[in-house]
Amino acid sequence: MKNNDIAISVRGLTKRFGSFTAVDGISFEVRKGEIFGFLGANGAGKTTAMRMLCGLSYPTSGTGTVAGYDITRQAEDIKRHIGYMSQKFSLYEELTVSENLTLFSTIYGMSDEEIKVKAAEVFRTLGMENMRNSLVKDIPMGWKQKVAFSAATMHTPDVVFLDEPTGGVDPVTRRKFWEMIYKASSEGMTVFVTTHYLDEAEYCNRISIMVDGRIKALDSPQGLKKKYGAENMDEVFRIVAKDARRGN
Amino acid sequence: MSIFISMIRKETLHLLRDFRTMTVVLIMPLVLLLLFGFAISTEVNNINVVAIVERHTDDTRQMLEKFRVNPYFTFQGIATFNEVEPMLRAGKTDAAVVLRYDGARLCHQIIVDASNTNTAQTATAYIENIINGNLEIPIITNTLYNPQLKSAYNFVPGIMGMIFILICAMMTSVSIVSEKETGTMDLLLVSPVRPRTIILGKIIPYFLLSCIILTLMLLLSYTTLGIPFSASVLNVIWVTVVYIILALSLGLFISTLASNQVTALLISGVLFMIPVIMLSGMMFPIENMPVILQWFSCIIPARWYISAMRTLMIQQLPVSYIIPEIVILGVMTVAALLLAIKKFNTKH
Amino acid sequence: MSNAIEIQGITKKYGNLTALDNVTLSVPQGMMFGLIGPDGAGKTTLYRILTTLLSPDTGTATVAGLDTVKDYRLIRACIGYMPERFSLYPDLTVDENLHFFASLFGVRVEDNYDLIAPIFTQLAKFPNRRAGDLSGGMKQKLALGCALIHRPKVLLLDEPTTGVDAVSRSEFWDMLATLKKKGITILVSTSYMDEAQRCERIALIDKGRILDANTPEKLVDGLGKNLYNASAKEMYPLLGALRSLPDVKDCYTFGATLHIVTEDGFNPADTVRKLSQMGLTDVRIYPAKGDIEDLFIKLAGNEE
Repeated sequence: MKNNDIAISVRGLTKRFGSFTAVDGISFEVRKGEIFGFLGANGAGKTTAMRMLCGLSYPTSGTGTVAGYDITRQAEDIKRHIGYMSQKFSLYEELTVSENLTLFSTIYGMSDEEIKVKAAEVFRTLGMENMRNSLVKDIPMGWKQKVAFSAATMHTPDVVFLDEPTGGVDPVTRRKFWEMIYKASSEGMTVFVTTHYLDEAEYCNRISIMVDGRIKALDSPQGLKKKYGAENMDEVFRIVAKDARRGN
Repeated sequence: MSIFISMIRKETLHLLRDFRTMTVVLIMPLVLLLLFGFAISTEVNNINVVAIVERHTDDTRQMLEKFRVNPYFTFQGIATFNEVEPMLRAGKTDAAVVLRYDGARLCHQIIVDASNTNTAQTATAYIENIINGNLEIPIITNTLYNPQLKSAYNFVPGIMGMIFILICAMMTSVSIVSEKETGTMDLLLVSPVRPRTIILGKIIPYFLLSCIILTLMLLLSYTTLGIPFSASVLNVIWVTVVYIILALSLGLFISTLASNQVTALLISGVLFMIPVIMLSGMMFPIENMPVILQWFSCIIPARWYISAMRTLMIQQLPVSYIIPEIVILGVMTVAALLLAIKKFNTKH
Repeated sequence: MSNAIEIQGITKKYGNLTALDNVTLSVPQGMMFGLIGPDGAGKTTLYRILTTLLSPDTGTATVAGLDTVKDYRLIRACIGYMPERFSLYPDLTVDENLHFFASLFGVRVEDNYDLIAPIFTQLAKFPNRRAGDLSGGMKQKLALGCALIHRPKVLLLDEPTTGVDAVSRSEFWDMLATLKKKGITILVSTSYMDEAQRCERIALIDKGRILDANTPEKLVDGLGKNLYNASAKEMYPLLGALRSLPDVKDCYTFGATLHIVTEDGFNPADTVRKLSQMGLTDVRIYPAKGDIEDLFIKLAGNEE
């Protein structure tokens, strides 16, 4: 059954590696068009959980749907309806901007005609027509980020997963990047994002904080700050994650 | 613990922890030796032969008897002319010998399946040999150094030439470059350790590993493969040690050129391995190559090493016969080592 | 007192790219000095010059009174260096890594135990675990332990907290504070602006140039002038609306609110009214205290 308002829904999602439980029965829902912050200490199981949601790994137990598709039975469908961008790998440095966009759109099954139209639109809205034939390695960091995000969203996915998209990026570029996220979300795209910058967590509609494989807190930033009597998200995170056993 | 010992201990731990690589490195040389020695043989055995005989006489009967008793042939019997081609085509036989009389003189014709030129040529030569044994003027062939024409240990020098380049050059360069990649090389360089200690600390474990492999290979060669054992084994050992040092220096040199492990693998693979296999005389005789390739083969260390090993191990000649090879290898070693150390010390 | 690090007019080019452009900087002895800037600002190049791994094109630098080019061998015994990436041997255990690095400097792990005790007690729980299997935060601590093993006078830490979660980061900074108390000079770089507050003095670096250097307090002093927080129920539309106003010079997201940089004579009450007329609800505008991020945004903006 496909619920029209829910982009991601998981129930009791668990992943074990031998005797180690990386993700321990997490349950949550992400609404369509929501910006969902997925926070957690190092080793809390964020990456493992995200891999399951992207259809890259099967859960040991539990169920879930992403963009209306079952994460165990319809992993291939999921991959076609999501976008993914990570800090570590996002673009081919030796290809031009336009070649990168074409490559990723082709991978996601867009036709040549669609790509042409969509790429022209991307270049226009980003105001970077003059850079379309520059090699990615030659363009500034800020532009790279924009291109990477565009590459991940050219095929207008239902959900886009952003894995620490702003690590090591300067404050100005970080902000410009978040404005792109805002825009995408206002156009109905669901954004699932992890970050270590806790001021960025404030930009999310809702936040979950994972500790030792479980979700220990889940609410809007305002709700969390109120609940823990904290002034900012940094403090919230500290309170929630201070008992983390793993990683220490 | 001195810095030096500590470096070597660390490198040994790396090797021991990487169990799979270690196994491959130790087992592969032995497998290659056995493979080339027994499975891949350039001798042609069990050639299937049929005969077409026009008129049976004592002479032809005698001739056929020779094929019947010769261990290299499997004599399949007499066939008619029309049967031969289908048999060759179906691969049921390798060669046919036609015996007929031109007047009173016995003539012969050999029909051979040349889809494998190597086998065809050898088979023809063998058959000619047997038939010509009937001629009035005998040809006396005298094979020296390898009287039984066994190919089992012909490949030993070639494989040794290849293995040490592989292990020393490839593994050393990859291990140094991987330290560059992870950034640990920077930590070593900013510590008070002298670059030469770093180099030695990297090289010596691989040197010791190579010595273990050399021991294993020699044991196998002199026992299972049956290379005649003599005092020349000492010469084999020290020439190989020079060659190992040369290969280590080349590995060090590669590591100064490459910035990541893939590049290091490619350089050592393309620049060293392939020429070693193709141009060192291991597979194809250098004399048969175009002149340009013959010249090119001169700069390949393995060519000289393999040639020296052939002289020492197979011809069992004294060391005075390989002085040119030793001089060339020595000069190459010193040059490679100096170049590598100079490149390694250069700051950017 | 002499300076622990003295950098004079250093320029370093890679082909057409100027990684460092006439950088001059000094770090007094015993200070915790922060080098704050994004990726690609030139921080790592500067570290590679200070650690003698790289020679500058022009200019000179001294560390602990020793020239980085002429006395490079002597410097190496006085500095502890932690490169940007995790740079230990992942296939060696915690203990083996520590002992190996100790032996490089000709010391024993026990010799400077007091320095690494806080780290060591945490690591002691798993001496035989391979370094590669440690969590991100623990790896950083082990790397710090290895950098400290020979009791260096100057500690050079290149982005030690990148990719590490907030709790581990905070613990790491606590450890640095303890080391500073023991008289070790620390030059630490980071791309997290909030960590600037933990330094006594900081330098902002961007595109190979030092934008400014001072104490964090002095740097943000006066920044609050014409700087306001703004919030509304509809945050993204608010951003667009504010940018369209003539007396708003700059407007950017800032945690839960937006920061607006205004012209002199900006009237918050008037603006709230104007925004409410534009259909925004629950609009609030109130003065903000600027921090290092505001400063960086301002300085980086001036550059362009």
